[in-house]
Amino acid sequence: MLSPRVSQKIAFILLFLATLFIVIPVGLVIVVIIQKGAGAISWEFLTQMPRQGMRAGGIFPAIVGTFYLVLGAILFALPLGLFAAIYLSEYSKDTFINRMIRLAIINLAGVPSVVFGLFGLALFVGFFRFGASILSGSLTLGVMILPVIITSSREALDSVPKSFREVSLSLGATKLQTIKHAVLPHALPGILTGTILGVGRAAGETAPILFTVAAFYLPRLPESAFDQVMALPYHLYVISTQVPNVDPKIRYGTALVLLAIVLLMNLVAIMIRSHFRSQKKW
Amino acid sequence: MIQRLKEWIFENAIRASGLASIFIVALIFIFLLKEGLLLFKTEPLTDFLLGKNWYPISEPPQFGILPLILGSLLVTLGAAVISIPLGVAAAIYIAEVASPKLKEILKSGIELLAAIPSVVLGFIGMVTVVPWIKNTFHIPTGLTALSGSVVLAFMAMPTIISIAEDALHSVPKIYKEGAYALGATHWQTIYRVSVPAASSGIVAAIMLGIGRVIGETMAVMMVTGNAAALPRGILYPVRTLTATVAAEMGETVQGSDHYFALFAIGIVLFLITFAINMTADLVLHRKRK
Repeated sequence: MLSPRVSQKIAFILLFLATLFIVIPVGLVIVVIIQKGAGAISWEFLTQMPRQGMRAGGIFPAIVGTFYLVLGAILFALPLGLFAAIYLSEYSKDTFINRMIRLAIINLAGVPSVVFGLFGLALFVGFFRFGASILSGSLTLGVMILPVIITSSREALDSVPKSFREVSLSLGATKLQTIKHAVLPHALPGILTGTILGVGRAAGETAPILFTVAAFYLPRLPESAFDQVMALPYHLYVISTQVPNVDPKIRYGTALVLLAIVLLMNLVAIMIRSHFRSQKKW
Repeated sequence: MIQRLKEWIFENAIRASGLASIFIVALIFIFLLKEGLLLFKTEPLTDFLLGKNWYPISEPPQFGILPLILGSLLVTLGAAVISIPLGVAAAIYIAEVASPKLKEILKSGIELLAAIPSVVLGFIGMVTVVPWIKNTFHIPTGLTALSGSVVLAFMAMPTIISIAEDALHSVPKIYKEGAYALGATHWQTIYRVSVPAASSGIVAAIMLGIGRVIGETMAVMMVTGNAAALPRGILYPVRTLTATVAAEMGETVQGSDHYFALFAIGIVLFLITFAINMTADLVLHRKRK
């Protein structure tokens, strides 16, 4: 029988090792991608069209495509998600409807990404006849990031003290004026954090855009919202599994660009959050 | 007057948006059913769920998804075996043992892991895990169920860790203080008091992590070898439900049985994750009462 002190020591060491076992591979992977990918990054790589069946040249159209897709997804999901959060936090009193909405959001967050792709294919590409286009892809991604935006916006709204609202209402402001002037400004950092996380998620997802927008190889820029585009995550998938004999440098370089965009978004979100947490006066 | 009208419009827009998530979930299910159910005009449900052959383009085609279901199960089981002990241990370490500073760093690290796109994880798996498994076990290809399990374990762990850590964090302080007052060590308090008190949250965390693994698509497609046959073991190539949809939808003709069959797989996936999420929420909700 071990003494309690010794068994505590052993247990804590094991817990620490388990944590290291998760953290170290992740750190290593990021370092390796940066090391092997950095050599591929150049101004030409970022701003030129792919050439020779994607075995040479740059990834410019994929970067542009991802930018448009993310922009479209946010234009759709931010207003809808923010309004939904305002409803949940400021209006809804009905606990049954509240619970239904909560369950719907939980489910939406858990739907497999490829099922979002099927949904986008059936509804936007087929039923609305948008075809495989930036519009279809953006809407599909927008639906997918909706739970992220609703949840974080709602948390931000809920954390604004009740007294702020009471003071504004007691001065004769209407409910909407109260929300606009006394609640939203204080919830802005939280809403921003959620939006940035949504951007990161939308930029990295592949399965929802597979059948709704992504083009295998399209070395030109889109002209309208009804065009197909290349996208970074799909491009990475294509050059690492579908096209033989691609220079590994190009693969690592593409992975690095995608990883950098997504991690940068998350770092910014973490920084905004911790900055405003330390500034908060209530 | 105009002010009133503006308010009216805004408030109704807010109400409508509030209900939008219910509407969207319903819409997803309806559109999956609308396309997927057409398969069952020609294919009996039992042949679909229990058929051992997935030959969608042979003549006549066979749409048995049993190999795909077993492929998904095998990969998920492997990922669960790896991620549950490690994830729960890390959650306990972060919530109870780590110093506040280390805790912040580790939590941010886990958040970053959760943010890595699945296609990047798949790529990393292809260049690290796959050759490693091939060389370790001396097998002809490293594209196996085991590779999928290893990569997916890293996708499940952030979910498991963050939710389990939350659950441990919300255990009332007086419970622990009571244990300390009785002379228990820190570790005795953790495994006799904190972990049992947070058990429903930890169970929910594990379920949500597994839900994420079952629905994962790109990473699993890139490292499991995509052989649509009954899985022979963890060191053989397999094909999951998600990978089948992602890999084949591009080649189907809209309105063909193959197209409907892929939507029917979508229904199966939707129902599985729906059930997991609902159960996890019930488990979490029961705790609060």
